[in-house]
Amino acid sequence: MLAAYVPILILFGIAVFIAVFVITVSAMLGPQRGTPRKLAPYESGMEPIGAAIRRIPVKFYVVAMLFIIFDIEVIFFYPYALVFRELGVPGLIAMGVFFMVLVVGFVYEWKKGALKWE
Amino acid sequence: MEPIQIPPVDLTLIAPLLTITAWAIVLLLVDAFLIPDERKKLTGYLALAGLAVTALVAVPLWNVDGSTFSDMVVLDRYSLTLTWLFLLIGGLTIAMALEYLPRHGIEQGEFYPLILFAVASMILLAQATDLIVIFLGIELLSLTLYILTGFAYPRVTSEEAGMKYLIMGAFAAGFFAYGIALIYGATGSTNLAAINAYLAAEPFVLSEQVLLLAGVGLLLITFGFKIALVPFHMWTPDVYEGAPTPVAAFMSVGTKAAALAVLLRILGSAFPLAYEFWLPVLSVLAAVTMLVGNLGALTQTNVKRMLAYSSISHAGYVLLGVIVATERGVEAFLFYMLAYALTNLGAFAVVIALEQRSESAWSLDDFSGLFQRQPFLAIAMAIFMFSLAGVPPTAGFIAKFYVFTAAYEGGLGWLALIGLLTSAIAVYFYLRVVLRMFTRDPGRPVEPAMDRGLHLNITLAAGLTLLIGLLPMPVVNLVERSLVALGL
Repeated sequence: MLAAYVPILILFGIAVFIAVFVITVSAMLGPQRGTPRKLAPYESGMEPIGAAIRRIPVKFYVVAMLFIIFDIEVIFFYPYALVFRELGVPGLIAMGVFFMVLVVGFVYEWKKGALKWE
Repeated sequence: MEPIQIPPVDLTLIAPLLTITAWAIVLLLVDAFLIPDERKKLTGYLALAGLAVTALVAVPLWNVDGSTFSDMVVLDRYSLTLTWLFLLIGGLTIAMALEYLPRHGIEQGEFYPLILFAVASMILLAQATDLIVIFLGIELLSLTLYILTGFAYPRVTSEEAGMKYLIMGAFAAGFFAYGIALIYGATGSTNLAAINAYLAAEPFVLSEQVLLLAGVGLLLITFGFKIALVPFHMWTPDVYEGAPTPVAAFMSVGTKAAALAVLLRILGSAFPLAYEFWLPVLSVLAAVTMLVGNLGALTQTNVKRMLAYSSISHAGYVLLGVIVATERGVEAFLFYMLAYALTNLGAFAVVIALEQRSESAWSLDDFSGLFQRQPFLAIAMAIFMFSLAGVPPTAGFIAKFYVFTAAYEGGLGWLALIGLLTSAIAVYFYLRVVLRMFTRDPGRPVEPAMDRGLHLNITLAAGLTLLIGLLPMPVVNLVERSLVALGL
């Protein structure tokens, strides 16, 4: 029964082989003349300032979390817009319930001050 | 383009679930907008009212039977009995929390809607007949419990407990999702009945069904974590100790009951043909759980940790009723859950009565001489300890008797024997608490703070524990009738 999945295993093997092969060969055969500029971390042409790992205000985390809610909302609304007519009234009710739950969450977080930056 | 068919939906079948969810959502807004900070108890009373209304809504459904949402959700008497059990657990938890939260300075209105959401997800689990819906229920339950575990926010132990539970829970959810994927790969469905129909269609050799076995194994791991079976139990004592005590009480009975109920449905309706695989696995888990849970409790001097280990061992006992998968086994499971819920919630309520603000009274010494100071508390605690140990005439005795008989009749005599032997071990550490309360002099003056809610809670739990122990027949009739198929 598992024999059907052998091609996937082969594909996986090929992927690993190519990745390892390319990196090893380029490291062994390629010319390596490093200058300070070449060896610096790539920051889109900017001069690097400080380490990349540092403390970030936790507020960003809250913003990201709240953003996901509305992101998901949009993901559901786009396909719904496409089949709006076909779904008819039951679809409208279903989306209404979905939207109401979302609005409750939004109103709650607004009231609790989660949207205030300071 | 073809018109899209929306499957017919019968909302009456999920009326209790809808009621409690809607109540929780509205309560969340009412709490945020209308209830002032110093009167958050009002939110608790409203939550209790919501539980009562939901229980009433469920009553006329007793003679209704059916499934809806493309057979993803079912309503039967089994799920209804469980619904009432969950509502009772939620109610007792809220009654405990009403005094506990302000005393510890962590009173926030969100606590009560969160309990309602947790109960709603447990009701969903009792009614679910599709692996996806079960996953949804488990996730909703876990999400609320993560927050509740860390609810005593500035307290480090509570945060630690929440973090531990979150990380372990996330792993368990991953196992569950992967298990669903493998089972879907093997059988082409996530619906429990459809899985069984596929397996029953033609004879197969179980050991050759690699995908199926791996999938079922992954599901069992998740349930092992949720029910706290050994060896997936490591988180339990830490989380119960760190979590606010009402939450620990809720988790020790509520989560376990919901997870066991859905495990029973999965094993019974999707994989009865694979019992050669899961029966030995779960039998060994049950045996090890009973042993390790009781032996672990022996050495504890912290009563809260002792109750955590005791809840592990009780999960082992209940599992006996689940895995024999006979009608008597299911009855025994329902009865045991009810008896255990009342007893354990009562025991936790006594622990709460002894807890002071910013001071934990969980050591065995704090129970010394309790009888002289607070005879009511001591007697109630003695009843709960006797019931947990399985001494007659308490509910715990009847429950253990019921489970062991079911296991013996179902051909699991050796497990029943292990259960009996480990119960004998358990008597030692339960009675140690009782002995301390009645014989020793008070070590240090811990003045228990009792209020009406806790008082009522403890009285109710102790009274029902004794009543069910003395007159078990009404409850036995109820659990027997909750298995009777309709129209018979």
